[in-house]
Amino acid sequence: MIKNSLLLVLFLSIAYSCKEIPNRVEGSRLEINDSITLDKEIENFISPYRDNVNKNLDSVISYAPETYSKSNGEFNTAIGNLMADAVYNESNPVFNKRTGKNIDFVILNHGGIRAIISQGNITSRTAYEVMPFENSVVVVALKGKQINELFDYLSKAKRAHPVSKQVELLLDKDYNIKKALVNSKPVSEDETYYIATNDYLYNGGDRMTFFHPNDSLYTLDYKIRNVLIDYFKRKDTIRPKIDNRFTKLTAE
Amino acid sequence: MKRRHFIQQTTAATALAGLGALNLQSCVSNRKHITILHTNDVHSHIDPFGPNDKRNPNKGGVARRASLVENIRKENPNTLLLDAGDIFQGTPYFNYYGGELEFKLMSMLNYDLATIGNHDFDNGIDGLYAQLPHAKFEFVSANYDFSNTVMDTHVKPYKILVKDGVKIGVFGLGIQLDGLVDKQMYKETVYHNPIEVAQDMSRILKEEESCDLVICLSHIGYHYKNSPDRASDLNLAKATKNIDLIIGGHTHTFLPKPTVAQNSEGKNVLVNQVGAYGLYLGRIDFYFEKGKPLYSDSTTIIV
Repeated sequence: MIKNSLLLVLFLSIAYSCKEIPNRVEGSRLEINDSITLDKEIENFISPYRDNVNKNLDSVISYAPETYSKSNGEFNTAIGNLMADAVYNESNPVFNKRTGKNIDFVILNHGGIRAIISQGNITSRTAYEVMPFENSVVVVALKGKQINELFDYLSKAKRAHPVSKQVELLLDKDYNIKKALVNSKPVSEDETYYIATNDYLYNGGDRMTFFHPNDSLYTLDYKIRNVLIDYFKRKDTIRPKIDNRFTKLTAE
Repeated sequence: MKRRHFIQQTTAATALAGLGALNLQSCVSNRKHITILHTNDVHSHIDPFGPNDKRNPNKGGVARRASLVENIRKENPNTLLLDAGDIFQGTPYFNYYGGELEFKLMSMLNYDLATIGNHDFDNGIDGLYAQLPHAKFEFVSANYDFSNTVMDTHVKPYKILVKDGVKIGVFGLGIQLDGLVDKQMYKETVYHNPIEVAQDMSRILKEEESCDLVICLSHIGYHYKNSPDRASDLNLAKATKNIDLIIGGHTHTFLPKPTVAQNSEGKNVLVNQVGAYGLYLGRIDFYFEKGKPLYSDSTTIIV
């Protein structure tokens, strides 16, 4: 009898234990929001870093009368114009002092505008938001032929890649180039032009391949972000506008 | 509720097996519960977004993530915390401290592994290397060859972690750097086709290393609508076998729940990505019988 019940237990345990429990995989997404308490140790660790960064960033350096966004404008935007013109204004004195030459114009990329400029006070933080990357200004000597390639790129890209105000590029309704002027003059194929951009684009970023080959490259060791900070500090109020530097005719 | 029920059931089964014969133990004592937590593209977002932020007010923040992770680890000590790259760049913390704070905090949260995203090269490969002393976790990348760079020997193709006797193989994948990152930044880092490397890695981890779970930590992007053939997590899932979970990054894809994809053998593989900026923590729980295939016809997937 005892032997039998032992066998029964054994049998039951075999039967029960070997019953397959199906595998289960569960996936979920947990939102990090203010319902979760802060980990004090982590918070205390961050706090001296935060204080130091904020002290530097929150001093007011200029004022924006409106909000400027890169999505506001089809072929040129106020914020893009501001960036390209700032690069021109701040870099040209440096370039001129080093080389005796002047920058002809600036080209940047639309994707490089990383945030809006909100209406209200502008601080150094604004410059960090708009330009978080560490890219610097470079000036490239290009032949007129390559300037035409650059304009061709812009006409095909169909995006508001920022150019400085020395450019006037007009596309017809089919995106063909109708007018292309630099400093109010047509591009001369054999002339050398000095184009300022950033090192990312110079090295082929955003498929801007027209910078190579080139006659010479000047590295200014001037970060785009610092260009913006210096530009803002110089202006009590920024007033960027959409203008006719890069436009397209609409169908009649 | 379901989970509690399951736990009670296993305990009872184990007790009964104890009464019975020893050789039955393989039948019952190999139930495992492994939790995988993950982030991607945190981009130096250490503080939560402010209350006036238009898109993500009051969301994110490392100190909150720390509490959440700690609670989950209490619930299940067999938990891994992984990051799929782009740790760097996006707030002034990175510009001021070069990634030091990001790595120190991830170490305090006990991250196990991370892979390398394109923005982790933003201060150059030397800038990344300079921050390594602050990272107590390791880096995996199987398709970046760092042999001729300062990162040589500091990044492993894969790493095997053991939790509760479960061998978890994790390998890393990075995105093509040419055209995306300045060559002066990544220097002599050599990129290899991630899909081909993944086919190799999954075989090594499953067959040679006999891993119970194989996880790919990827920064190649979830899917490219305009270039559907480009290497992506969904294409990777389709072209490989023996991968149980792909944790992705790069495309900042906010998946409300993991995607259940099919691999080259028609078996399930989970693909997940939690957007960016530390707004979410991804969580995958595996309840399974060690030694048997994770995904079979009877496997329940709850997403």
